[in-house]
Amino acid sequence: MAMKKIEILAVGAHEEIMKTVLRLINANENWNASGARSEEDAIDLFKRKAFDLVLLGAGIPDEEKLREKLQYLRPDVICVDHYGGGSGLLKCEIIQGLAKRELI
Amino acid sequence: MAQSILHLADSRGKANHGWLKSAHTFSFGSHHDPERIHFGALRVLNDDHIAGGRGFGEHPHDNMEIISIPLSGELKHKDSMGNEAVIRSGEIQVMSAGTGIYHMEFNNHQDIPTELLQIWVFPNKRNVEPRYDQTSISYKENPNVFEQILSPNPKDAGVWIHQNAWFHIGAFEHGKSIRYALKAAGNGVYVFIIKGSVSINGQSLNERDGYGIWDTDSFEITAEKDVEILLMEVPMNI
Repeated sequence: MAMKKIEILAVGAHEEIMKTVLRLINANENWNASGARSEEDAIDLFKRKAFDLVLLGAGIPDEEKLREKLQYLRPDVICVDHYGGGSGLLKCEIIQGLAKRELI
Repeated sequence: MAQSILHLADSRGKANHGWLKSAHTFSFGSHHDPERIHFGALRVLNDDHIAGGRGFGEHPHDNMEIISIPLSGELKHKDSMGNEAVIRSGEIQVMSAGTGIYHMEFNNHQDIPTELLQIWVFPNKRNVEPRYDQTSISYKENPNVFEQILSPNPKDAGVWIHQNAWFHIGAFEHGKSIRYALKAAGNGVYVFIIKGSVSINGQSLNERDGYGIWDTDSFEITAEKDVEILLMEVPMNI
């Protein structure tokens, strides 16, 4: 039986950066990423899919408000600040986030 | 009482991509060490060797203060803000990635390697307007004193970043001692030995060793050989 993929929601306003982030995450066969470029898109996606982890990237006007809304919808969700940089920090951010949920 | 952590040069994560050889003091790329993620606001300290004519293709950054210090050779930089520049040994470059930028960096020579330190610091403010700057540094011409090369203040010496951080660099002759006084309460200092050997609070450090020290107002450094040293003072609570 195939292992269930870790579902990751990446949130960030920058279109090109989002493409890179999704490509890098999806290069890992155990991870599946969806992207949202606004708070509204993020909430909408979050209601429709059971994400294991949320990466909060740049350009969202009120990150704290979004974090609160996501955690209200699912108190156990882990929201991790994402700091761009191509693949430099991405793996570490995801691994640290998943470790908090004891998913690895 | 002062607290400290020692990272010997050989304990760093190594990456060899042929054209790029890098030593990562903290977790980076495919190197992940849960015990070594950051030192306060200092998140990345990469010791990069880039082969002639090669470099990092276009890639994004956001919400990070990125500092490059070439130790030898030249690096060509081009970014999505329209900046195009070459930085050389004797210069420092800074980018505040803020809401997001793309850039590329290449060795400006076809046949001479470039050696540089790539340093990333968490910002104290997210989603700032991206910016780029570079300036010259002259510590090799003025030995036995620390030169400030980075601060939080746009009008101060060196480049500036969005963080309560100060970087100093210096070349010291064998036997010289100097006391470094921290600029801000709650900060720590990450010491990186570019070349030579020093002693700090009885701890000997050699080339490319790193040493973090915090919960102290000041500390003394003694050159055990001719030495070049970089001090990165950063907030410990982020």
